[in-house]
Amino acid sequence: MKTKKRWGRTLLSIVLAIVSVIYVLPVVMVVLNSFKINTFVKTETFALPTAESFAGWQNFITGVTLGGSFWKSAFYSLLITVLSTALILIFTSMAAWYISRVDSRFCRLTYLLCVFSMVVPFQMVMFTLSKTADTLGLDTPWTIPVIYLGFGAGLAVFMFVGFVKSIPLEIEEAAVIDGCGPFRTFFSVVVPMLKPTLISVGILEIMWVWNDYLLPYLVLDRTKYMTIPIHIQYLKGSYGAVDLGATMALILLSIIPVIVFYLLCQKHIIKGVAAGAVKG
Amino acid sequence: MSKHRDPAAVNSRLVRRPIRRWAPVFIGPMVAAFLIGFVYPFLKGLYLSFCKFRTTSDAQFIGLDNYVKALHDASFMHAFWYTALYAVVSLVLINVLAFAVAYALTQKIKGSNLFRTVFFMPNLIGGIVLGYIWSMIFDGILSHFNTSILLESRYGFWGLVVLMCWQQIGYMMIIYIAGLQAVPEDMLEAARIDGANRWQTLWRVTIPNVMPSITICTFLSLTNGFKLFDQNLALTAGQPFVIQPDGSSIKTTEMLALNIYNTFYGQSVNSRGTAQAKAVLFFVLVTALGLIQLTATRKKEVQQ
Repeated sequence: MKTKKRWGRTLLSIVLAIVSVIYVLPVVMVVLNSFKINTFVKTETFALPTAESFAGWQNFITGVTLGGSFWKSAFYSLLITVLSTALILIFTSMAAWYISRVDSRFCRLTYLLCVFSMVVPFQMVMFTLSKTADTLGLDTPWTIPVIYLGFGAGLAVFMFVGFVKSIPLEIEEAAVIDGCGPFRTFFSVVVPMLKPTLISVGILEIMWVWNDYLLPYLVLDRTKYMTIPIHIQYLKGSYGAVDLGATMALILLSIIPVIVFYLLCQKHIIKGVAAGAVKG
Repeated sequence: MSKHRDPAAVNSRLVRRPIRRWAPVFIGPMVAAFLIGFVYPFLKGLYLSFCKFRTTSDAQFIGLDNYVKALHDASFMHAFWYTALYAVVSLVLINVLAFAVAYALTQKIKGSNLFRTVFFMPNLIGGIVLGYIWSMIFDGILSHFNTSILLESRYGFWGLVVLMCWQQIGYMMIIYIAGLQAVPEDMLEAARIDGANRWQTLWRVTIPNVMPSITICTFLSLTNGFKLFDQNLALTAGQPFVIQPDGSSIKTTEMLALNIYNTFYGQSVNSRGTAQAKAVLFFVLVTALGLIQLTATRKKEVQQ
């Protein structure tokens, strides 16, 4: 019985190992094809680069200037992601604390609207939102984080409120009695306890904003600013003859930082996803 | 201590009064951004769905005309059925496979952490990039048969299903693993002692206990399936197109979100009212489906 079980587990490990290899193949394909001359990408997608099809670094060199500077788009992506995540973390955690501690009718209404906003598809607001952003001058990488704070507030507020409610009130009462004002109570007492939730929410927002396509595409002034997803869509979408090799090179450049980030923060990312899933 | 606190315990006057004075600082920025980024666009969008307009400032109230037009739009109805079919197929496949993988990974096997890392990885790649990676792969295969994913809607459909399975299985797997780890060990042991075999234990003990995870995962995959946009745009963008007898064309692999986008920003600016009406219908549909799904699976959850 015991040995049968052990064999079963080994077999399972082997099966999963094979599936894992198949699972990473698409990424391997991107790496392979980013070193192939354009015409070979379509005809010999799955072959290793040969002497004939090997392009060296040429795809990367042509790629980074194709359709505007790729580094510029990468910079804007990074800027928007960092600013938006910071803004969301600071202001929604403060608001969530206020909502759960003050608990007035206004607070409950705000909370309800936040939960409601999580189910609303972006298409419902996209036209009016992009016009509003345009009118208010929120169409640059420095100001678009306000839009992300507004549209992304729902999940963050929901997760923070859920956590704040589980913090014993006595701790904050003690802080107030010891003479802490609201700011010291929040930043020196509540925030340290919120840290795991801050990380979870931060991870979810980073994953969302970094990969988001339609919102920045509609809101940003496209003649001046692009993000990585917009840049890649632009290459494939509007160029007559697509340089597949160069596109794959850019795709590789855009997923390297993501994979590095994943390997470094894997534990937090997986925890964040599991925590964020309660939103159902 | 009970799980539900006394309401008085979450807000005492001692803490509440000093914060209240600083309301504009604490809740002000979030509320202001929420009004700009959600509440106002939502209400305005709702209003505009009853109007004829090209930009937000030239709206003329016309009643339900936009809705009538939206419901008579063959491309919208096609997109609806296409999306529904996709959502059901992907919901079943993603959840069955994700559950199977999660179940396998919680059997104390060697290398389960590595496998988990690999299966979750595609989630970090954005939808647009995913679409292009897979369009390269599918065309790499199909070019040997002198065809392309853009030439036949069957390929586009199954291509999207494969792509989304590749991306979503890892995500749902994480949620299922969390659920499976929370199944009380003594319950499983009791089942074993009572002589239940593996299969019986799975169906009678494990699955009823992970119902909350199943609720969440099916909810997420259903609503995500209906809202899908980026991957759809990047993989096929609706191709192939079929010309109708009346001259209009139907984009055979176009899903609802993309259909709404194309109605807004396509050739004619005169169809924006219809597009906004479609968006409202889409919102109602997604919300209703989500609620129905939640109440249906919540009933099956067991109280611990």
